[in-house]
Amino acid sequence: MALNTIKTGMSAVAIAAAGGAGLGLAAPASAADLAGKTVDFVIPFAESGGSARWAQFFAPLLSEHLPGQPTVVVRYRPGGGSTTGANWFAEQTTDDGTLIFGTSGSTQFPYLLGDPRVRYDYNDWIPLLASGTGGVAYLSGDLADKWDGTADNLQDEFFLYGSQGATSLDLVPLLAFKLLGLDVEPVFGVEGRGDGRLMFERGEANLDYQTSSAYISSVVPMVEQGLAVPLFSWGALDDDGNIVRDPTFPDMPSFKEVCEATAACETEGVAWEAWQAFFTAGFPAQKIIYLPGTASNELVELYRTGLRDMLARDDFAELSAAELGVYPQMIGDAARNAHRLATTISPEAKQYVLDWLRDDYQIVLE
Amino acid sequence: MDLIATALPALEQALSLVLQPQQIFYLIVGILLGLSVGILPGLGGIAGLSLVLPFLFGMEPVSGLAMMIGLIAVIPTSDTFSSVLLGIPGSTASQATVLDGFPLAKKGEAARALSAAFMSSLFGGLVGAFALTFFILIARPLILAFTVPAMLMVIILGLSMVAILAGRVPVKGIMAAGLGLLLGTIGTAGAGGSLRIASYDVPYLVDGIQLVIVGLGIYAIPEIVSLLRQDQSISRSGGLGKGWLDGLRDWWRNIWLSVRSAILGVAVGIIPGLGGSVVDWIAYGFTVQTAKDKSKFGQGDIRGVIGPESSNNAKEGGGLVPTLIFGIPGSGSMAVFIGGLALLGFEAGPHMVRNNLDLTYTIVWSLALANVFGAGLCILLSGQIARITTIRFTLIAPYLFMIITFAAFQSSQRLGDLVALIAIGFLGIFLRRFDYSRPAFLIGYVLSYRTENLINQVYQIAGSRFRRGFEVGMEYIATPLTLSLLVLIVVSVVVGVRQAKHIRESAEVYTGGKAAPLVFLLAIMAYSAYAVYDASGIMRTSDKMFPIIVGTITLVSGAFLLLRMVRKPADDPAFMDLEAGGEDGNAPVGLWSALSWLIGLVLLSIAFGFVIAASIFLLVFFRVAAGLSWMRAAVMAAAGVGFIVFLAFSLGRVFPPGLLQEVARLPWPLN
Repeated sequence: MALNTIKTGMSAVAIAAAGGAGLGLAAPASAADLAGKTVDFVIPFAESGGSARWAQFFAPLLSEHLPGQPTVVVRYRPGGGSTTGANWFAEQTTDDGTLIFGTSGSTQFPYLLGDPRVRYDYNDWIPLLASGTGGVAYLSGDLADKWDGTADNLQDEFFLYGSQGATSLDLVPLLAFKLLGLDVEPVFGVEGRGDGRLMFERGEANLDYQTSSAYISSVVPMVEQGLAVPLFSWGALDDDGNIVRDPTFPDMPSFKEVCEATAACETEGVAWEAWQAFFTAGFPAQKIIYLPGTASNELVELYRTGLRDMLARDDFAELSAAELGVYPQMIGDAARNAHRLATTISPEAKQYVLDWLRDDYQIVLE
Repeated sequence: MDLIATALPALEQALSLVLQPQQIFYLIVGILLGLSVGILPGLGGIAGLSLVLPFLFGMEPVSGLAMMIGLIAVIPTSDTFSSVLLGIPGSTASQATVLDGFPLAKKGEAARALSAAFMSSLFGGLVGAFALTFFILIARPLILAFTVPAMLMVIILGLSMVAILAGRVPVKGIMAAGLGLLLGTIGTAGAGGSLRIASYDVPYLVDGIQLVIVGLGIYAIPEIVSLLRQDQSISRSGGLGKGWLDGLRDWWRNIWLSVRSAILGVAVGIIPGLGGSVVDWIAYGFTVQTAKDKSKFGQGDIRGVIGPESSNNAKEGGGLVPTLIFGIPGSGSMAVFIGGLALLGFEAGPHMVRNNLDLTYTIVWSLALANVFGAGLCILLSGQIARITTIRFTLIAPYLFMIITFAAFQSSQRLGDLVALIAIGFLGIFLRRFDYSRPAFLIGYVLSYRTENLINQVYQIAGSRFRRGFEVGMEYIATPLTLSLLVLIVVSVVVGVRQAKHIRESAEVYTGGKAAPLVFLLAIMAYSAYAVYDASGIMRTSDKMFPIIVGTITLVSGAFLLLRMVRKPADDPAFMDLEAGGEDGNAPVGLWSALSWLIGLVLLSIAFGFVIAASIFLLVFFRVAAGLSWMRAAVMAAAGVGFIVFLAFSLGRVFPPGLLQEVARLPWPLN
């Protein structure tokens, strides 16, 4: 009923449909377009998380722009920290374009770490779209005068940080704090970053990070009252894969800059390499849409056409900024590149992280 | 009165936004959806909300909000139907309602129990909406006062309700709660992610056992099986005694109980992270503790319905306070609600309350209107729907088996769900048979994860404070709030222990020899011992301590009970066995033959997939167990399968596939 309110861009759809049909001439009839079909957009998470939001945002847009205007339905396959759903997807051989899969950092991390639950191989899948995100770390207001853009004066402080678990997305901040030489004790078992923020607001934790949108809506008021001090954003990747400032926070240093300025921190070596790998998989290439490896080239092309079309609509930037923040939505080669960066790690860097998890948190993945 | 000066104009504006034909239309759509989803056991707010999510994108914000709120608001109302009529908790919010609601239905007073429940829901919902109006502007410091130690105290207060619900033999109540807590620790530990009982070779257990499955297994299966064995209607007289007007009068007579419980519901709802899982138990516990005549609780006291039902709707209003002020969901359905808000273009949080107060207040109005419409509709329907209790139960049971199997499968969409349902169902049947308090078990299970997490967090945070100095540490844990909660816990336990013997499911004691109860006790002890052994092999201290301590307490309680069993004669209440007499003992159909129907359905599903299995199951059941003609059996089976297929289609849910589907490609819905 509400779908008919999205009427803008109808002509674009017609063009896309025609384009799709044109391509389809050389292909088997099934790949001509997706008219009358239902595409299952499966995510390995429950209805209540950030990935559900992300998928719900894309589903109606895909439905409108994919050639043939199929119905796109988000389906949830939660469990095993998203490994259950990914393992399921790895077994699928759907080749008619009616199945796409959305991963997240928590699907990439166990893959990078060699978690025994992982029975999927990212190299089997065809990346279509990659969505980035960002986050900001901040400190309790009473430590404001010890922050000078470096962590040099914070080396003797003791920090509590509300964490969802060392192998979750929190791996990125925890490793960053370690690189800076901070003495941080994670308080595990918080459910979601919101819970962690509440712990900070209650004065129980004195260090925290939030994703960009939550930072703007809930932490900036605290910063204005002097209750919180922003430290750095995690940063973003430029086209060549270099870490640069987060476009949402151009005035805030990236973690890389702070690390360079801090005596205890080095932006080279195996530790930095490990951080960079997990940072990429957790932030700039956090969520990726895949087709199964069994999909034909025609089908991949059909999806790419639809996605190009979606990104080209006039109000896309506005819509996606409101919902996903001002981060690039990468398709085509950019998506392939993001996929590669988010799913590759050197054996040394991987071993470094596994050793760190075992020594500091007694967490063994076996 | 700054507060009123801010609130009133925004409220007025919001009212005019809501009272448009279009918004009312969407509100009613939400209410009707919520009523239909909530009425089915095992499906709650999340299933309902995910039904409307695809339509929210691009929708006019007030309409979208009205639809979502209408849906959320009536779920704790309509889930009462299955709690009262069938003895199956419709959702976590209605678990305590079963305790007295279902016995009332058995007495033929279902209409009375329902209308009293709905009236309480309506009232509680309005109190919740009222509280939301003002708390949303002032509750920030209040919520921030609930530090981790204070939250732990609230959880322990919830656990202390075990005392009053422990049943005839208190030590059995402790064991039941301990077993529930242990069951809750299965899978990945909250803190360090260590595996308990589970291993990666059996991936199903890694995620633990889902709440839906435990609720259905512990309550639904034992009750359905027990009713099926009687082969009569739920209402023992076969008719309806008191009607729905009596229920309204009952509510009016207990108006203060309703007020107290509603306030309690708001208060517990406001604390983020606790959600609805404890509120109905605390409300039930307090209802009993403050009642003068306690002799009828557990066997059909209308106050046992009014208390929890007043609180569980009020909780929704309370629960929206942290959701809106901080953007932090208090429960799974609130998390989906926040996602829905985002699709409408709003980020829940301080920003929204400050800058879009009128829009925020449309939530208040929608909530109030939804409660009046939803509960009002339910009250009007209660007389009619209550008639289900006069139908021969054998004609209802197969549909229920089908629905609970379907609902259980939705929790993680793996065949393991069905196996777990049967396993927990067995446990439920034995807990009931040997008189171990199922409420105590459920409280333990529901609170297990949070209890462990909060204990670990308090230990860490308080530890770091104590390292800075003894006073700094004490200042953190011994706040006026935590101390008053502590007093409340002590009072609750003392009062509870004294009164526990009054609240019981069956007034008579039936015993039939020592062997069976003894074997079950030894089985519980063996499991507890195994859980302790399993946990002691874990490296991380934070992940191992809780199961070790709880398991040890359960074992020690078991040892006491064992001692009592050895010393006392075979007619001691410790040997209670429902199979030895009374309704169950004299039932015309045996326990195993009734249960084998459900097992048959599950085995068929594993072989042929759910739709084919359900078709065969319904047909055979109606023909063989219910003795209908093939013709009628076929019609009834077709109706049932048609319904479940329609349900799955409209909710966008999948069916359990079987081995057949692995070798053959079948068209929907058979695939």
